Amino acid sequence: MEPKVNILIVDDEEIVRESLANWLEEDGYEVEAVENGARALERLPAKDWNLAMIDLKMPGMDGIQLMDEIRKVRPDTIVIIMTAYATVDTAVQAMKKGAYDYIVKPFNPEDLSITIRKIIEHQKLVKENIYLRKELKKQYRLHDMVSKNHKMIEIFELIKTVAKSSSTVLVQGESGTGKELLSRAIHMESPRRNAPFVTVSCAALTESLLESELFGHEKGAFTGADQARSGKIELAKDGTLFLDEIGDISLKLQMDLLRVLEEKEFRRVGGTQLISVNSRIIAATNRELTKAIEEEKFREDLYYRLNVISVTLPPLRERKEDVPLLVEHFLERFNIEMGKNVEGIAESAMRLLLDYGWPGNARELRNVIERAMVVTKGKMILEADLSLPQAPGVSVSDGRGKSLSEMEKEHIRRILKENRWNIIRSAQVLGIDRVTLYNKIRKYELKKETVLNM
Amino acid sequence: MGLTPDAMLRKLQDHLRDYLSLPVRITGNMPVPERSFERSRNQYNSTRILREILRETPADAIKIVGIIDKDLCIPILTFVFGEAQLGGMASIVSIARLRQEFHGLSPDDGILFERLCKEALHELGHNFGLIHCHDRECVMYLSNTVMDVDRKLSIYCESCDAALYGKTEPWRM
Ligand SMILES: Nc1ncnc2c1ncn2[C@@H]1O[C@H](COP(=O)(O)OP(=O)(O)O)[C@@H](O)[C@H]1O
Ligand SMILES: [Mg+2]
Ligand SMILES: [Zn+2]
Ligand SMILES: [Zn+2]
Repeated sequence: MEPKVNILIVDDEEIVRESLANWLEEDGYEVEAVENGARALERLPAKDWNLAMIDLKMPGMDGIQLMDEIRKVRPDTIVIIMTAYATVDTAVQAMKKGAYDYIVKPFNPEDLSITIRKIIEHQKLVKENIYLRKELKKQYRLHDMVSKNHKMIEIFELIKTVAKSSSTVLVQGESGTGKELLSRAIHMESPRRNAPFVTVSCAALTESLLESELFGHEKGAFTGADQARSGKIELAKDGTLFLDEIGDISLKLQMDLLRVLEEKEFRRVGGTQLISVNSRIIAATNRELTKAIEEEKFREDLYYRLNVISVTLPPLRERKEDVPLLVEHFLERFNIEMGKNVEGIAESAMRLLLDYGWPGNARELRNVIERAMVVTKGKMILEADLSLPQAPGVSVSDGRGKSLSEMEKEHIRRILKENRWNIIRSAQVLGIDRVTLYNKIRKYELKKETVLNM
Repeated sequence: MGLTPDAMLRKLQDHLRDYLSLPVRITGNMPVPERSFERSRNQYNSTRILREILRETPADAIKIVGIIDKDLCIPILTFVFGEAQLGGMASIVSIARLRQEFHGLSPDDGILFERLCKEALHELGHNFGLIHCHDRECVMYLSNTVMDVDRKLSIYCESCDAALYGKTEPWRM
């Protein structure tokens, strides 16, 4: 149901009030009619008045004075001044003071219908815009992360609480969903924010290199170790140790890590001295660890050690509402970084971004926007500025969606034609109810063709 | 009211009865109320006539529609085809502007009857609580010109029909 439109009529003549109220009510408006300005002001707080139609000449407060008062209390209410006597002066005065229109009685009914509908339409747009802006403000931010997806916002809330503790956190999610960003946010929200945030990319290194990267080594621990070196665990000190792509480490290193987590101390490679661990550990992976456990590629005990607090970031394709938000976020960022002044993105280009499946998630979107901002010539990013891969999987599912509704439209058109647009019979054949059929006819703008050869 | 041809009224009676499945009766001819005449505009005030109709309404009436051959208006509009109390008892339809001759064409009773049926169903719809419909072909579409009237069908659309069906329940034959 559309929200009710409230109209207030103010006129000292009863017959005017009654006839206009009747006429407006037939059109579906909620109407109230009062006989003077004082009564009108009394009624103002009662409703969210969309429109006030006010007689110019009334005993007591005149129409223009009343309009002034209304504009003070209810600036959103649109005022139409009605009068039987057209003088240019009063019309100009009324319009200058903010009347939307000035109607000289009698008025053509078609013009009045259109005027009122335009007002309501305009108001709806203004309201939606205000609503939209409010919605945008509600969007959520966690340091460098933005989202208005409810799952993401829940995660942000959770993070703000758990950040205060030292619990280990496991962050899961596809590549590019923001696992590292979230981990940094945890660090920044925690009491450790002034201590280091140290990242270890577990996937990038061989087992032995990773081992020394993590634990450090003593001089002469292996060939080439001509100097003692502290590992990342040590470097993290009282800060946060971020173990990225933990799902990729070898079973031996998993064992070593488990021991570190359990005993809170370790030795450098080739060393004897026990070093205690004070950092908080956050681990991230794009692998499904439970599956890796089944396949015996990941230790279950380590999983439970890491999984004290667990967060799974949803892929971007499951939160398309974040696409415009992220675009805006990246635009702002790259404008600063590149010293550019790109103001926005064309609607058609945005459509493309919304239709795309984003296998690389937010990172891929960031890269697409970055490239677009390099190549764009104007103030707006256009379709041509976007370089999206023509991934077959994506375009196929997209095309299928289109052809499905296309097929439905054709099917309904054929059935209607076969049944000579008898709605009841057609609905029966289609197996839907009549209202649904009417809705589909409107949706697809199907029209009864005048068939001459019947 | 006034000069409406009897044959057409009886045809309308039959049509409304068959279409709405409601008992339809023609009351006696009611004179056009003198005080509804707006001298300066040479038109009749539909709201004032509506008040008179209400005063004359038989006690057993479900709804009452006045048919009049005078050009109607309300103070703020140049003319109206008719007027109804939304969800109320009475309505009025003027055939003055529904006539082809009003628009400089030769008279056509068929066209006039068609338009009268539409406007009578329209105003009755209002009396039964229906508001204007966005469907241009629905009889409840707001017509501001005879072109609008001619474009609509003489029937209610699916949703208006369903609403009306519910409202006429207690009296349906
Ligand atoms: N919610 C978000 N808000 C803003 N930028 C994001 C968001 N998620 C991801 N990004 C962007 O995507 C990039 C990749 O994120 P990252 O945390 O490295 O993903 P992952 O570690 O899951 O692969 C980030 O550098 C950042 O630019
Ligand atoms: Mg990453
Ligand atoms: Zn109407
Ligand atoms: Zn309708």
